Amino acid sequence: MRYAETGFNLEVDLTRGNIERIETDPRDTELYLGGLGTNAKILWDRVPPEVDAFSPENLLIFGTGLLCGTPATGCNRTIVSTISPQTKLMAFSMMGGYWAPELKYAGYDKVILRGKSPDLVYLWINNDKVEIRDASHLKGKGAIETAELIRQELKEPKAQVSAIGLAGENRVYYASVEQGRSSASRGGIGAVMGDKGVKAIAVRGTQDINIAQPAEFMELCYEVMDYIKWREDHPIQGVIPILAILGSPQEMAIHDEKWHTENFSWGNARLRRKGFWTEDVSDEWLETMNKARTRLISCYNCPIACGATISMPGLPTYMMKCFTKLTYTMAAMSNLDFGLTIAQRATEYGVDGYSAPQVMAFALELYENGILTDKDFPEMPADSEGRFFYLLDKIVRREGIGDVLANGTHWAAKEIGNGADAYAHNNIKKHEQLPLKLSMLNPIYFLMYCTGEKINITQIEGQFPQAPFPKREHREKFVKDWFQVPDDRFKQYFLDWEPRGENSNPYYPTVEMTCDIVDWQERMHYIDDALGMCAGLSSFHMKPPYHIHNYPKFISSGAGIEMDEDKLTQAARRYRTLIRAINIRRGMRRKDEKPPKDHWKKRFPELEKELLDGYYKFKGWNDEGIPTKASLHELGLDYVSEDLIQRGILTDGKDTSSKEVSVNEKTN
Amino acid sequence: MSDAKQKKIIKTIKIDVDKCHGCLACEMICSAFHAEPKYSSSNPARARIRVIRDPLRDIYVPVYAGEYTVAECASRDKYTIEGKEYDECAFCRASCPSREDFKEPDSGLPLKCDMCEGEDEPLCVKWCTVDALVVEEREEEVEEQEEQEDLEVGLESLADKYGMDKILDAVARLSEKD
Repeated sequence: MRYAETGFNLEVDLTRGNIERIETDPRDTELYLGGLGTNAKILWDRVPPEVDAFSPENLLIFGTGLLCGTPATGCNRTIVSTISPQTKLMAFSMMGGYWAPELKYAGYDKVILRGKSPDLVYLWINNDKVEIRDASHLKGKGAIETAELIRQELKEPKAQVSAIGLAGENRVYYASVEQGRSSASRGGIGAVMGDKGVKAIAVRGTQDINIAQPAEFMELCYEVMDYIKWREDHPIQGVIPILAILGSPQEMAIHDEKWHTENFSWGNARLRRKGFWTEDVSDEWLETMNKARTRLISCYNCPIACGATISMPGLPTYMMKCFTKLTYTMAAMSNLDFGLTIAQRATEYGVDGYSAPQVMAFALELYENGILTDKDFPEMPADSEGRFFYLLDKIVRREGIGDVLANGTHWAAKEIGNGADAYAHNNIKKHEQLPLKLSMLNPIYFLMYCTGEKINITQIEGQFPQAPFPKREHREKFVKDWFQVPDDRFKQYFLDWEPRGENSNPYYPTVEMTCDIVDWQERMHYIDDALGMCAGLSSFHMKPPYHIHNYPKFISSGAGIEMDEDKLTQAARRYRTLIRAINIRRGMRRKDEKPPKDHWKKRFPELEKELLDGYYKFKGWNDEGIPTKASLHELGLDYVSEDLIQRGILTDGKDTSSKEVSVNEKTN
Repeated sequence: MSDAKQKKIIKTIKIDVDKCHGCLACEMICSAFHAEPKYSSSNPARARIRVIRDPLRDIYVPVYAGEYTVAECASRDKYTIEGKEYDECAFCRASCPSREDFKEPDSGLPLKCDMCEGEDEPLCVKWCTVDALVVEEREEEVEEQEEQEDLEVGLESLADKYGMDKILDAVARLSEKD
């Protein structure tokens, strides 16, 4: 018997309309766990670098985490993996909600889509019965609207639906997959779904998920529950509100937005507005939120209600979570009322709440600077809010300039030319970033920005405080109950970290310490992403309920796979390295691994080189960021090094120097 | 069986629909607790509690499995809330021939909330950390009655479905195999 997982994937060939239920190899679970890990293995095996995002051979994988559907609190994530049309690299976006557990109960760990359907269809997975159904009547419908219509026509109110809106249908490079409460937004996976002709996947499941050692597993679950309650009563002192309490940043519950509105940049990631958060603004925004928010809502089996049902006057109700609350507001230099209003339409269209507002602010900046002109924006309203609505509609329909902007700031700037490049200034690896523009380089964040392969800071940061605490006594207090650290040395790193003086940014933490810290932060995210655990109860937070010490026990008793900290660390390294190999094979190199040029004012080229050199070495990668033959061997990934050698990316010699130049030229 | 009045603790689960976040932990843990062996599996479809959840209309109504009924009601009810029609008898607690709810998905046998006998409190209550479900106890004088055992309830429903003769035949056949 298989425990925690079902042991079956659903393989759907959309070109031929063929559906198969395929048993998976339990050895892969042991090596790659599940979710992101096994998704990566499938992409490596079956999607060579010659296949691009919109090729029929590209796969779109909806993977559930290994522990989804078990009683482990907060374990509900779907990990969606494919090749991104925007970055041309592996995209792995994740969503909470209800879809992953439902798929498990239907008897599958993953849905793997390949090929392309000639007509718009949706998939209906009802336990053993799986159908490809006509979706022509859903063409152009909103993502939330689609989910409702499908539940009605199937007469199955309990079906969980992941759907795309118009943006996905029109292959907007930052189209999301929406699931009501949650969305998988980054990397343009909605565009790949639209390209495959799939409007939605509806699931209903009524089968068992088994636990290997129920008594042991439940004891761990109760420990976690108790700790969540304890953390509720003991918020972390001395940090901003969203970091003090658990949750996938509690933007719906927390009203105080001083930190975001004054430290993040407005417009096209340009303007810091110190002193913005006045009492008047605070009162106005509180009133807006109180009127709009009907209820705080949770994901499957999680007590932390990070989402909310939002009803703006005269508009259909939608659900929201996290930072999309502010991205439209700040990009348009407007207020919360506008942000919540446009987010309703953006959610139905299905676009990424990070990229979409930034693309629109970028377009308006080009207009203000004469690079785009009135001709490009026929009949555009004069006010900022009106312009954002106008641009959103143009983009998701790919009309006029919208067709160019639909590819994101990087590709749009290339197409527009005329110096537009300088305005696409907030990207990493062609992907729009949070609008943060800061002063002093932080070595930890430098490495995370450079090497985070989800290309999204919130999906690598966590565990370690973002900044030093001012006084040593605060730091001493903080480390006292910091049992989540893998080793006590992390406490020392933090104790000695000062806001000013010798032990402060950028030279402290030292290169060696920084590598150690970043590696831990990343490891915890990768474990979450394979198990299906929400980062809001785990890797994103300091002192989370799930950590390196209890995870191995969850896996042993839940999935029946013998696990300890070393083996788990090794597994996470294995599929993390595999993801790097997928991207390396697609041309990613050291030159791509850098934060936006203007992210920090004070930069330190020599130190930055040392940091990247040090981290590559620490990870077992060569000076181009390519995993070495020896490190691949150690992880049992000889099949990867063989492939990289065959392609001339790695050479067989001991020094593993690579022919990176030719590959670079090819991808430029 | 005596007809004497006895003091009995009546447990009531108070449901505050305003506090529900719709996480369905109650369904999940109910199914896990009632699995054989305990906690060996989870499957909300086996739960004896069901949350009628319709986020866009802000409907979150936990409903507990009540008595098994042989026949469906002569009258049916259908609710419309905020313009949406809910399934016929959606808010009813009965395990009844008219629908699939509150039946084991495999066998079709009826399910009924037993307040997690033997536990300090029902597991759904324990897992509802937002207090949408809380237990209230009160003492009442009641006429003593013997509880109908699970087995009997199951047999009765099978007898209703197939007729007593067929059940007896099946029991006889099964015991011969042993």
